[in-house]
Amino acid sequence: MKQKNKKVNYSKWGYIFILPFFLTFFIFSFIPLVDTIRYSFFQYFRSGLKWIGPNFVGLENYKSLLQSDMLRYAGNTFILWIIGFVPQIVISLLLASWFVDARLKIKGQQFFKVVIYMPNLIMASAFAMLFFALFSLKGPINSILISWGVITETTPIDFMGTALGTRSLVGVMNFLMWFGNTTIMLMAAIMGISPDIFEASEIDGCNSFQRFFRITLPLIRPILAYTLITSIIGGLQMFDVPQILTNGAGSPNRTSYTLIMFLNDHLKSKNYGMAGALSVYLFVVSGILCYITYKITNDDDPDGSKAAARKRKKMERRMK
Amino acid sequence: MESKGYNRFRVIFAHVLLIILSFLCLFFFYILIVNATRPHAEIQKGFSILPGGYLVTNFKNMISDGTYPIVSGVINSIIVAGCSAALCTYFSALTAYGLYAYDFKLKKVAFTFIMAILVMPTQVTAMGFLRLITKMNMDDTLFPLIIPSIASPAVFYFMYSYLQSSLPLSLVEAARIDGSREFRTFNQIVLPIMKPAMAVQAIFTFVGSWNNYFVPALVLETKSKMTVPVIIALLRGADYMNRDMGKMYMMIATAILPIIVVYLFLSKYIIAGVALGGVKG
Amino acid sequence: MKKKLISVLLSTTMIATILGGCGGGSNNNSSSTPADNTSTESNAPAADSNASTGDNAATGDSAAAATDLSSDAGQVINIYSFNTEVRDRINAVYPEITEAGESQSKLKDGRVINWVINPNQDGVYQDKLDEALAGQMSAADDEKVDIFAAELDYITKYTDADIDAAMKLTDLGIDPNTDLADQFDFTKTVASDQNGDMRATSWQACPGVLVYRRDIAKEVFGTDDPAEIGKKTSSWDELKKTAEELKAAGYYTLACYDDTFRLYSNSMAQPWVAATDTVVKVDQQIMDWVNDSMEWYQAGYFDPAVSGQWNSDWYTAMSPDSKVFSFLFPAWGIDTQLVPNWGDGAEGSWAVTNAPAAYNWGGTFVLAATGTDNPAYARDILLCLTANADSLTKISQEYADFTNAKSVMQNAATDAAFASDFLGGQNPYEYFTPGADNIKMAPLSSYDQGCVELIQNSFHDYLKGQVDLDTAKANFETAIKERYPEITEVQWPE
Repeated sequence: MKQKNKKVNYSKWGYIFILPFFLTFFIFSFIPLVDTIRYSFFQYFRSGLKWIGPNFVGLENYKSLLQSDMLRYAGNTFILWIIGFVPQIVISLLLASWFVDARLKIKGQQFFKVVIYMPNLIMASAFAMLFFALFSLKGPINSILISWGVITETTPIDFMGTALGTRSLVGVMNFLMWFGNTTIMLMAAIMGISPDIFEASEIDGCNSFQRFFRITLPLIRPILAYTLITSIIGGLQMFDVPQILTNGAGSPNRTSYTLIMFLNDHLKSKNYGMAGALSVYLFVVSGILCYITYKITNDDDPDGSKAAARKRKKMERRMK
Repeated sequence: MESKGYNRFRVIFAHVLLIILSFLCLFFFYILIVNATRPHAEIQKGFSILPGGYLVTNFKNMISDGTYPIVSGVINSIIVAGCSAALCTYFSALTAYGLYAYDFKLKKVAFTFIMAILVMPTQVTAMGFLRLITKMNMDDTLFPLIIPSIASPAVFYFMYSYLQSSLPLSLVEAARIDGSREFRTFNQIVLPIMKPAMAVQAIFTFVGSWNNYFVPALVLETKSKMTVPVIIALLRGADYMNRDMGKMYMMIATAILPIIVVYLFLSKYIIAGVALGGVKG
Repeated sequence: MKKKLISVLLSTTMIATILGGCGGGSNNNSSSTPADNTSTESNAPAADSNASTGDNAATGDSAAAATDLSSDAGQVINIYSFNTEVRDRINAVYPEITEAGESQSKLKDGRVINWVINPNQDGVYQDKLDEALAGQMSAADDEKVDIFAAELDYITKYTDADIDAAMKLTDLGIDPNTDLADQFDFTKTVASDQNGDMRATSWQACPGVLVYRRDIAKEVFGTDDPAEIGKKTSSWDELKKTAEELKAAGYYTLACYDDTFRLYSNSMAQPWVAATDTVVKVDQQIMDWVNDSMEWYQAGYFDPAVSGQWNSDWYTAMSPDSKVFSFLFPAWGIDTQLVPNWGDGAEGSWAVTNAPAAYNWGGTFVLAATGTDNPAYARDILLCLTANADSLTKISQEYADFTNAKSVMQNAATDAAFASDFLGGQNPYEYFTPGADNIKMAPLSSYDQGCVELIQNSFHDYLKGQVDLDTAKANFETAIKERYPEITEVQWPE
């Protein structure tokens, strides 16, 4: 009886503890969001020093965005993301499994672990600047290739002049900036696996390939999914790197032009109506993605691995 | 069992790959630092493996430049990143604890809500955000860069996972029986347990805030209030009159140095902390 | 507060103070300066023609006539600009400044000039300026914009009579016909609003020349004499023949296609967008630039390792081991681009000669913001910076600007003191000054900045063979409509 009373009492504290979070969110995120959505239904921009609007135009902004190349830019964003993400996840998995593999005895592990995270410390814009200088037409990479005789001086490789070149560079940069972070996360997940399971597999004669694909991968599936989702969100927000590498143009032919660069251009021309509508589209897309995150991270798992784990636990308990 | 030869091959392969990757990671830092020691005209000509003799000149140029005040920039950045990291970790821990340790009606709703906003891009609300803080007379101040960090869903989520794995509720019960008040329990018992997680998130938040350009560029107007990335962007955008790449690289190096120091100092915690946090997904 | 009170008192008691335009405004040198000015301003019109300058016309020296500076209500003069050039030049020539600083300069009477500098890139400068101008009426006195700078590419945005962001010079007490009589006419035309009233003024004109490498000229043509080389660059056809010779010797005539852009765009017959219209009309000149550039690019007259201006490849093309023969630059380009990027290369390796067509590239104008609380200072600074022969001579000598004073520049063309070591002892004004006389500016519109930037961006892909002509055109249409939402259509020449 007393216990119950106490519980009712304590629930108040729950609200108090989470209040600052929600208050801050309400003021600094929710109100701006509503404001943004409201303007998405208006024609509202600046022409020279004059403001045009706001005039209510209903869904006009949404329609004209659909008629624009927005979907193409979404495609670009996806391509730029996947080029960086695939090597990132492969290398990170490899490194993470090596770091926790006692048999490999990697020397200087601590050093490697510290170093691989370091590119994340550099501002994305500074990183992009360096890449731009490295790969420019008269840059050091072209000079090296010329001195090796791979190319001649009159035919330098225009890395940032072709879609493939620009996209690859963006991918490489994203890879370098994030693989350390992902490795650390995955390492944590692998270390969370009970060593008993690995021992058992050893006794059963598993080789390292089998162990990786049959045990490690399935067991860290939730964290893999988490990494995937957070990376997609990061990819959706991709801006600094392609912006600086292509001078804001996404050239050539806007093949490296991302959604946020598109949004940035509308913000730059003070087109609040169109920027608002684009923001709403982005919000809906990220909403869908977060629904998936929620599904994965919150019990209901699409792949069934957690359900299986629960079943197993129940069985174990019953057997006890 | 695998053959010894195969294992040796794996060891060599692993080391080679790690060395290549580490080289790539460190290469950019090296280039940055070398460029910070070279004069503008030489940088324009290309890269160099050896440092130049312009370190002091570039440093003097950077410090004495009244148009791009880097010293006040570093101070502002330290204030913003430091306060953000402190507020963000403390309140995320508080929120996580609130949702983890207490039972209340809206608990599930609140949790779901936070997970739902986990992925909202900042840029989406940028427009409204700017209008709002202008109305609140907070434009051109550092507050709008610091206060919103109280609500950081991703940090909250990390803290929540950490609590799940390392805070037995019985400990809280025991504290209550000893007569500890709720806030005291949190500050004196829960927080010390969460130290590793807070160290990790503190550095992540610090780095994120230190390198943040988008929001500060929108909010800040006065030179003396600008943070480092905004000043660097200003200098980068400066046209032919002010273009001095030596000074520019010096600034970038100056901007990176503090976080490298903080990172190396905390790196043990980070690697251990992430592992301990055991983000279980 | 006290200071303000004193200044009000001063202004009421010393109504008769008459001061030299650039000679000062502080209250103790009223007798000496006008005389100095008269002697230097040989072209200053006669006294009787300037009754319209108003209150102080009695002095008999039009350019020197000034209002009493202490009449200004504001204690802080805010000057907005996009780089340090305006600040540096005012600091150098404005005699009221007692202590020149990078963020603030102090004046004799205790007032300060506040330098507000934001970069052009990403439109930051205009964003902040527009924000400040929009809040001008409600801003506290010392927060108001007093003077701001604008580049030729977007000056029309600020000189628009309906928007009235900048004061008419006549309202400020400057008579363009007399005070600015020595300025080049084309700089006055572009500084005027649609009714023909001047609202801006500049200390510089930017006639362009062709700057070439003497060593390459000697090797390929056997001479580096500007007159001889000038014959080889006098027209596009001549230049093409020259380009062929250079190519045979392994050199590139110019660095890239954007280098020639201004020569074409300067000859446009119509503005990009006509006043009050929402249609972008691309001029035939622009398409000529596209076609000629393609021809030149494919012929190998441009350095294939340079794409566009303002990037590291372009700068590298100015360094000693580059194979690029020449650049098309106005005076500021030589001083701020070639000199620093040439680095420690030998002095005297460059020379200037005539470009294949007369052109003007750039130019910074200063405007007094409507609603300024320091109109007297605004007038004084504008006059001192852009209409005083002494100041302009000093600016030409110290900053190598081609200044906006016909008489000074005509003198400079024959004055050995203007010879440049960088150009091997050549006096570049020999070529700048005739260039300035031949300039006919294309009509401007407030969309010029975006149009120029986006047309270059869009056609780079075409020139490099990444897209076909129609795609490049379509890309320009998309980009321009994003930049300026009010644009409804883009028309291309047949």
